[in-house]
Amino acid sequence: MQIKILGPGCANCHALEARTREALTDLGVTAEVTAVTDYPSIVGYGVMSTPALVVDEHVVLAGRVPSRGQLRGLLAPPAA
Amino acid sequence: MSTRGVPAATRPGGAARRLPLTLAAAALAWLVMYLGNVPLWDLVVYRVAGLEPDSRLGSGVHFFLADTVKITLLLVGIIFVATIARSFLSLERTRALLGGRREGVANVAAAGLGVATPFCSCSAVPAFIGFVAAGVPLGVTLSFLIASPLINEVAVVLLYGMFGLRIATLYIGSGLVIATVGGYVLGRVCPQRWVEPFVYTTTLHGAPVVAGQRLSWPDRVALGREEAGKILRKVWPYLLAGIALGAAIHGWAPTDFFARAAGAHNPFAPLIAVLLGVPLYSNAAGILPLIQALHDKGMAMGTLLAFMMSVVALSLPELILLRRVLKPQLLAAFVGVVATAILATGYLFNAIL
Repeated sequence: MQIKILGPGCANCHALEARTREALTDLGVTAEVTAVTDYPSIVGYGVMSTPALVVDEHVVLAGRVPSRGQLRGLLAPPAA
Repeated sequence: MSTRGVPAATRPGGAARRLPLTLAAAALAWLVMYLGNVPLWDLVVYRVAGLEPDSRLGSGVHFFLADTVKITLLLVGIIFVATIARSFLSLERTRALLGGRREGVANVAAAGLGVATPFCSCSAVPAFIGFVAAGVPLGVTLSFLIASPLINEVAVVLLYGMFGLRIATLYIGSGLVIATVGGYVLGRVCPQRWVEPFVYTTTLHGAPVVAGQRLSWPDRVALGREEAGKILRKVWPYLLAGIALGAAIHGWAPTDFFARAAGAHNPFAPLIAVLLGVPLYSNAAGILPLIQALHDKGMAMGTLLAFMMSVVALSLPELILLRRVLKPQLLAAFVGVVATAILATGYLFNAIL
C-alpha cells in the first residue's frame, strides 16, 4: 500500500501524517508514507483544500484532519 | 484506545439520536451563562468582595471578569455554529459555483463565498491554482482570497462583543465591498502573464474531492467542537492580555491622548494606521483588545478599523505564500489595491461615524 500526504507542510499536514502512521500501527499494516509538498502535484490530484490523504493514487480525504479511528476506517479496506 | 476512536458512522445509533437533545441542552446552558454573566459578576465583585462600583479598582475588576467570560462565550458559540454551517460548503463546490459566471457578478459571489467557505491560509496556493486552472477568472479568484482572511469569524465576533452590532455589520459590509472591488480592479488591470506560468500548465487529473460529501451530523458537530477548542487554545493568551490591558487603560490612562494624536480630525491617521498594519501580522484576537483600548481613549473608529483590516487582510507570511503563484508585479498590485481600498474605508468611516 502506498500512502501520500498532500500538503505544503503546515501544522495540519504534519498532524495528518502523524495520525496516519499511528492508524497504520494500530492496524498492523506496513505501508510507504510519503509527503507530497509541491503545489503542481497537489493540485494535480484535484485537491484544493489541504491536507489530503491519497491511498494507492486515490484521494480518500481532503481538507481536514480526521480522528485516528476514522483513519483506521479509511485505511483498513484496501489492506484486508 | 477505547471506543472514542470509532468512526461516527459505525457507532451504535444512540449517540446520533441523542444529538439534538445534547445540542439543545448546550444551547440552553450557553444562553443562561450569557444572560447571567453580568448579574453574576455584579454579585461577586460588588456584594461578596465588597468593591465599589464607582471605584477604579471595582469597575476595572468587573470589566475584566465580565468581558473575559462574555467574549469566551461568544467565540465558542459562534465558531461552533459557523463551522457547522460552513461544513456544507467546500472549496470544490465554491469553485463550481463560480465557474462560468460573468466578472462583476462573480466578484460579488466570490467575496461572499470567501466568507462562507471553510478555508485555512495554508490552502491559499492550491486553491488559487485550482480556481485559475479550472477557468475561474483571475480577478474573481482574488476577490475570494481577499475576503477569506479579511472577514474572519473571530474578528466579527470580537467586534460585536466589544463595539456592538452596528460596527460588526459595517465591518462585514465594507469587507465584502473591498474584496469585490479589489478583485474586480485587479482582474481588469493585471495581465495573465503576471501569474506564474506553471499555474496554467497544471493539469487537473483525478476526480475532484467533495470534502463535505461523507460528513454525518455527528461528524459536523465534532468538527465544530474541535474548531472552537482549537481557536480558543490559540487565542486565549492574547485575549486575556488584551482584556487586562483594556481594563487597565479603562481606569488609568489619560483620556484625550489618542484623541489629540489620532482623532477624526487628523488626516494622516488612517494612512499611518494602514502603513503600520500591513507588515504587522497578528490574529484578530491579539489586535482587538488593543483596538478597544485605543478607541476608549478617543482614537477614531475608521482609523482603528483600517488598522485592523490591514493587519488581518495583508500579512508577510501570506504574501510569501502567494509569491509562489503571483509574479512580483501582480503581488505589488495586490497589496496596493487592497491597502488603498482599506484606506478609503478608513477615511469614509472617520467622515460618517
